[in-house]
Amino acid sequence: MKPTIFENVRLIDPASNTDRPGRLLVQGGVIAGIDAPQAEGMPEGADVIDGGGQLVLCPGLVDMRVTIGEPGYEYRETVLSAARAAVAGGITTIAVLPNTSPTIDNPALARLLRARGEETGMIDILPYGALTRECAGREMAEIGLLAEAGAIAFTDGPHAIADSRMMRQMLTYAKGFNALIVQHPEDPSLARGGCATDGELATRLGLPGIPAAAEAILIARDLRLARMTGGRLHFGHVSTAEGLDLIRNAKADGLRVSCDTAPPYFDLNETVIGDFRTYAKLSPPLRTEADRRAVSAALADGTIDAIASDHMPCDADDKRQPFAVAAAGGTGLCTLLAVTLAQVHAGHLGMMEAIGLLTHRPAAVLGSRAGTLAVGAAADLCLFNPDTAWVVRAGDLPGKAQNTPFDGRALEGRVLGTWKKGARVFGAQAA
Amino acid sequence: MNERSAHGSNVFATPATRHLLGVQGMHPSRIMPILDLAEHYALLNRSRKTPRDLLRGRTLINLFFEDSTRTRTSFELAGKRLGADVVNMTVASSSVNKGETLLDTAATLNAMHADLLVVRHAQSGAPALLAQKVQASVVNAGDGTHEHPTQALLDALTIRRHFGTFEGLTVAICGDVSHSRVARSNIHLLTALGCQVRVVGPPTLVPGAIGALGVSIHHTMEDGLRGVDVVMMLRVQRERMKGTQVPSAREYFRFYGLDNKRLALAKPHALVMHPGPMNRGVEIDSRVADSDQSVIREQVEMGVAVRMAVLDLLARGGEGA
Repeated sequence: MKPTIFENVRLIDPASNTDRPGRLLVQGGVIAGIDAPQAEGMPEGADVIDGGGQLVLCPGLVDMRVTIGEPGYEYRETVLSAARAAVAGGITTIAVLPNTSPTIDNPALARLLRARGEETGMIDILPYGALTRECAGREMAEIGLLAEAGAIAFTDGPHAIADSRMMRQMLTYAKGFNALIVQHPEDPSLARGGCATDGELATRLGLPGIPAAAEAILIARDLRLARMTGGRLHFGHVSTAEGLDLIRNAKADGLRVSCDTAPPYFDLNETVIGDFRTYAKLSPPLRTEADRRAVSAALADGTIDAIASDHMPCDADDKRQPFAVAAAGGTGLCTLLAVTLAQVHAGHLGMMEAIGLLTHRPAAVLGSRAGTLAVGAAADLCLFNPDTAWVVRAGDLPGKAQNTPFDGRALEGRVLGTWKKGARVFGAQAA
Repeated sequence: MNERSAHGSNVFATPATRHLLGVQGMHPSRIMPILDLAEHYALLNRSRKTPRDLLRGRTLINLFFEDSTRTRTSFELAGKRLGADVVNMTVASSSVNKGETLLDTAATLNAMHADLLVVRHAQSGAPALLAQKVQASVVNAGDGTHEHPTQALLDALTIRRHFGTFEGLTVAICGDVSHSRVARSNIHLLTALGCQVRVVGPPTLVPGAIGALGVSIHHTMEDGLRGVDVVMMLRVQRERMKGTQVPSAREYFRFYGLDNKRLALAKPHALVMHPGPMNRGVEIDSRVADSDQSVIREQVEMGVAVRMAVLDLLARGGEGA
C-alpha cells in the first residue's frame, strides 16, 4: 500500500486537544507522522490529498450504538451494506447491538461478528454481548466468556432490564469482569403499547403515549442500583431533561456512569411525527422542544459522553404501516456527522467538542483504542468539508436501509473520504 | 485411664455450651480440646479400637429435615462407635416448615427422652429454636446458610494434621460463599485460630458485607489463590447455574473452577479441600480433586472423628462432668 500524505488540512484530534493546520503521513496502515503545514520531506510515490486549507481531517468516527440486520434480518441490512453506509458517514468503528437472530449471547457469535467486520475491510465491529440469554431478560448471558470472545460491553439492546433484582444481579456479576452494562432507559411497563411521547401532540394525533418520565424512572432506579453494587453503567440514547439531570447529578457524586444520545434527540422534536411520518417513529420517541434543548445543553456541558447514530435499519414494509404499529427506529450512519455539525454551526457546541463526542469519548466509554490521531495508531481517518451543504434524501442514502428521520433536512458538512487502516474505503481519489 | 480423664476439661460442660449450635465466637481454648480429642478418635478409628461403651444407654437422634446422606451417616457412625443407640428421623421439610410444628417436634422428642439430637434444617436458626425447647443436647448439622460447625471443626483438624499449626496460614474459601454455611463456619473458626482467610467468587455469590467477618474479598481466582496454603472449594448448586447468579456451568468453571493451572498459584504444598459432594468440571477439575494435594477423603475420615469428639463431650456435659 502506498503511503498517503494529507496536506493543507485542519487536523482535529480531541484526544490530544489538537485543532490546527498541518499535514499527516500514513504509512503501513498507521499514522506515521504529523507535521506543521510547511514541513519538509515526503516519501516517494506517496498519494497526496490536498485539503486546500478548508478540509478537516479527524479520526474515523466511533459509533457506539448500531443495529444491523445480520445475522437473521439480512433483508433489512447486512454487515457489508452497513459498512458501506458507515464509511460514507466517516465512521470506521461501530459497536453493534446483540438483538439479532440468533442473539449474540454465545461467544462464537461475538467472534463471528468481529470477523465479519474485518472481512469488509472497511470497519471494525465491536460486538455488544447480550446481557441476558436471547435478550429475554430472564437468565444471565455468559458475560465472562462473551468478554473473552471480544464483546465490548453488555446490553439487551432495545429492551430494558425491567426487573430490579435482575438488574442488581447483572451489575454485581459484571463487576467481577469490570464489564460495562448498557441500559435502554425506558420503564417497559410505562412504555407498553405507546408510540409517541405523552402530551398534547400525541393526544391530538390519537396516538398511545409513553410518558417522558418512563426514562427518568428507570435511570433513577439504575443509578441507585449502580451505587449499591459499584457496577459500571451506561445509558443509551438519553432523550429527556429529567433523565439528564439525574445523570449529571450522579456524575457529580462520582458514580461510574456514562450516557450517549443520538442526533434525532438534539436535532428534532416531536412535531416531526405530526403527519404520522413513520420514519420519525423512534425508540425512545421524539420529545418536546424543551427536552431537545436540554439534550443540546447536556452535549455542551459534558453530561453526555458520546453521540451515537442509534442506526436502526427497517425495510419499507416495517415502516409502511399505520404509525402505532410501524416499526420504531431510524437509520443514522450517513447523517451522524452532519447532524452533529449542525450543533456547531448553530453555536451550541465547539468543533473540538463535537468531534470528541464522535471519536475518542465513545471509544473511552467502550475501552477501545480507536478514535485518535496519535502517531502509531491505526490510520482510521475521516476527511470532511464542514461547510458543504446538502439535503438528506431517503432513497439516495448509501446502504440498504433508507428509513431516515432526517429525510428532507438540509445540512452543512459532508464526508469526502474515509480511510480504514490507511486504505481509502470511501470517496473519490481526488478529494 | 479412661477417655475422659485422658483429655482434660470438658468444653461443653456448662449450660451455655450444652449444645453445639455454631462456632461463631468460639475461643481457641474451646476449639483445641475438641480437635485434640478428635485426633485421638481418628487414631482409634484407624486401629478399630473405638470405645463402644462410652455412650452406652444414650440415645442419639439424627433429625434431618433436609437430605444429607453423608453428614447423617457420619454422625450415625460416630454415635454407634461410641455405643449410643442411634435413631434416624428424616422429616420432609415441606410438612414441617412452620415454627409451631418444629416445637411440636421438640415436645415429641422430649417425651422420647433423647440425649443427643443432631439437627439438619433448611432454615437458619432452626436448631437454635429447637435447642430452647428440648432437654437433649443439640448439635447443629447444618442450618440454612448459617453454620455447619462440625464441618468447620473437621476442616480445621485436617489442616492441623498437615501444618501442625494455624498461625500464619492463608486459606482461600472459593465459590458460592453467599449460600454456604460451610464458608461461614470456616470463616469464624479459622480466623479465631489465627488464619488469614480470603473468600473468592463471583460478586453475585459473595456477599459484599462478608468483609466484616475479617476476611478479604477476591473476585478472581488468580487474585485469590496466589500464595495460599489451603484452597477450600465450595459446592455450587446446579440451580444457580442458570438465571441471575451465574450464567452457566461452563462459564463458572472457566472463571471460578479449580484446575491445575490455578492451583499452581497457591503455595507448592497447598492443600485442596472440599466439603463434598463435588461437582467435577463445575467447581473443581477431576485431576485436582484426585491429586496428591487433595485431602478431600481425609476430610471425610476426620468428620467421623470430630463428630465422635463432639458427641462424647456433649454427652459428658449432660452428666454435669
